[in-house]
Amino acid sequence: MLQTSGISDFALGKVTNMTHTLSALVKNRPRVLARVAGLFARRDFNIESLAVSTTEDPAISRMTIAVDASGTPLEQVRKQLEKLHDVVTVIDHTEHAVVERELCMIKVRVKPSQRAEVAALVEIFRGDIIDIGNGALIVQSIGNSDKIDAFIENFDDYGIVELVRTGKVVLARGAQKT
Amino acid sequence: MSEKMINGAVGMLQVLEEEDVDIIFGYPGGAVIPIYDALYDSKIRNILPRHEQGAAHAADGYARSTGRVGVCLATSGPGALNLVTGLANAYMDSVPMVAITGQVKRHLIGKDSFQEADTTGVTIPVTKHNYLVTNTAELVDICREAFYLARTGRPGPVLVDVPFDVSIGDVPWTERNIEGLDGYEQPKPVDDELIRRAAQMIDEAKKPVLLIGGGVVASGASEKLLEFATKCNIGVIHTLMGKGAFPESHELSMGMPGMHGMAYASLALQNSDLMIVIGARFDDRITGDLEKFAPGARVIHIDVDAAEIEKVRPVRIGICADAGDALDKLIPACKPRDKGPWEQQLFEWRRTHPLTYPTPDEGIAPQYIVEQLYELTGGSAIIATEVGQNQMWAAQYYKLEKPRRFLSSGGLGTMGYGFPAAIGAQVGNPGELVVDIAGDGSIQMNQQELTTASINKLPVKVVILNNGYLGLVRQWQEMFFDNRLSGVDLTGNPDFAKMAEAHGGVGLRCAEPDKVRETLEQGLEVNDRPVFMDFLVHKEENVFPFIPAGKSVDDIMMEQPEKQK
Repeated sequence: MLQTSGISDFALGKVTNMTHTLSALVKNRPRVLARVAGLFARRDFNIESLAVSTTEDPAISRMTIAVDASGTPLEQVRKQLEKLHDVVTVIDHTEHAVVERELCMIKVRVKPSQRAEVAALVEIFRGDIIDIGNGALIVQSIGNSDKIDAFIENFDDYGIVELVRTGKVVLARGAQKT
Repeated sequence: MSEKMINGAVGMLQVLEEEDVDIIFGYPGGAVIPIYDALYDSKIRNILPRHEQGAAHAADGYARSTGRVGVCLATSGPGALNLVTGLANAYMDSVPMVAITGQVKRHLIGKDSFQEADTTGVTIPVTKHNYLVTNTAELVDICREAFYLARTGRPGPVLVDVPFDVSIGDVPWTERNIEGLDGYEQPKPVDDELIRRAAQMIDEAKKPVLLIGGGVVASGASEKLLEFATKCNIGVIHTLMGKGAFPESHELSMGMPGMHGMAYASLALQNSDLMIVIGARFDDRITGDLEKFAPGARVIHIDVDAAEIEKVRPVRIGICADAGDALDKLIPACKPRDKGPWEQQLFEWRRTHPLTYPTPDEGIAPQYIVEQLYELTGGSAIIATEVGQNQMWAAQYYKLEKPRRFLSSGGLGTMGYGFPAAIGAQVGNPGELVVDIAGDGSIQMNQQELTTASINKLPVKVVILNNGYLGLVRQWQEMFFDNRLSGVDLTGNPDFAKMAEAHGGVGLRCAEPDKVRETLEQGLEVNDRPVFMDFLVHKEENVFPFIPAGKSVDDIMMEQPEKQK
């Protein structure tokens, strides 16, 4: 049931220019990702990251979608998503207290003489060196997206060969459902 | 669960019978031969169109005119893809339809097999939902679900793609109650507090209007709307999709607003202080420039689809509910209200801004033909339209008293919709007079369906307003592109009367204004085959009033501007 009281932000022309985090519970069915992604594309929303995983219920998957909502009211997309038959619920967590995590792996070009220095840096971020290879290390960090950004920035000077991030996942704290 | 096995195609047809389907519109092909084999022994009648697009539009016209779910059937690949425009058309106008398509055998999917297309992939954006049946155990329930989704909530088309080996093989027959699916929310009961506040707002309004759309038709809420409007004496403006939901002869009927709507309807909306919007969605053809659209109006928006509320226009009160359910609560909550100065102003605008058209020096005025058709039929016909000038003149000059009698491609604007839709409507309403008001351009887009109408003895009447142009585009080119006519000249059109005759129909041609009535009378008498009535109309006739795209009612043109006369 939609209840609108007073004049909404939309009516006042307020447009948010921030990354929103949506958490969608979807049926674990073929094409569900295409349906969701297609809807974002059609409404011209840019997905910044997307993580899809199973949940405690094997019939249900969770999509955590970070989306740049500058320019268009996100509420419209949330409602359109909820209309999809394979989407069970969609929650916008922008205003909620959530625990947010993302994993990042970086392959860094490191001379043997620099290994101790890198190990110290990784330690500061409570990360790990997870592979040592021919002239390169793979380091890993887990944290919220800001921490991951900072982690990556610190390795810029060494020369990043390759990098991968999982995209963030969130769980709402306390009684709030995700 | 006791597992009774049944042939897949037979099982699908049994679900159709559960849903009271007695007619489908379908075209066979390799991947649906098992379904056609099952149809051989079925009570369900297959109407064979001459193109799959015709099947989709016919199912749509059947659904709009009867309120039942329309069913179309096509084979894999090209067959399924030819349904796409019809599906998109039904989706835009919220028409309940189930499309069943054949697919290549499961082990051939994804191998670029013969007549393979990614039908479910292609139709995601143009269906309410779709299914590719890969698990035989799900076939029966999916078919049930498809009907349930198509007809509940905001109606729409649902597609079920069935691989050959699923329909020819055995599947379990299940008895299942489909109501209450996960993730598919039906509107909750109407909130009393919102109704109370809405009633208060209506009571306080000085200049209220009702803007009603296809949602009132879909909900079957016409009588409730009439009760509400007359209790509170509020003028009723209808969208193209809402035409007929409120009797157009009623004192409170204030016409259709927007680009080619009645000026008095646009003026009423524009100057209102409260818009009660029921089952309408603020289409750009109605609002024009949103910034300038009815700036003083507060909005109460009632729609069964929560996503429509505040999609375009901010609201004071949004009620996500079926139109009839909301009206049931709103009627007793509102105080009776007398007509006042505002209503007198509305009626004054209606008197001072009537629809008019000039009598042309050459050819027949197309508006005159529609007027004559209206008079001759007493407004009792089911009217289908094509798209363009014909559609707008039909909406302006053929007044309707009842819902489900105006079949027009409102959202998508699909040329070629009207004739097959009229065929579907005639199939669903055998005793009724069904007339397609067409242009010479549109009618050629699905003219192959003449055969379908002939062999099924469907007396669909087609009134062709033949101006030898793609008239509405020509009008825009004349008015906004310095009359640089490009790609709009239809010189070389076939002889439509002879074409009808060649297909076993009746063909009539009329070039004289004083023969219009006679021709219509002659055409309307035919009751066993299709009729094409080809009227040679004034070639350069334009549709007025006209609010150019993206403008407001301040820029309305009531007639041909002087310099262009």
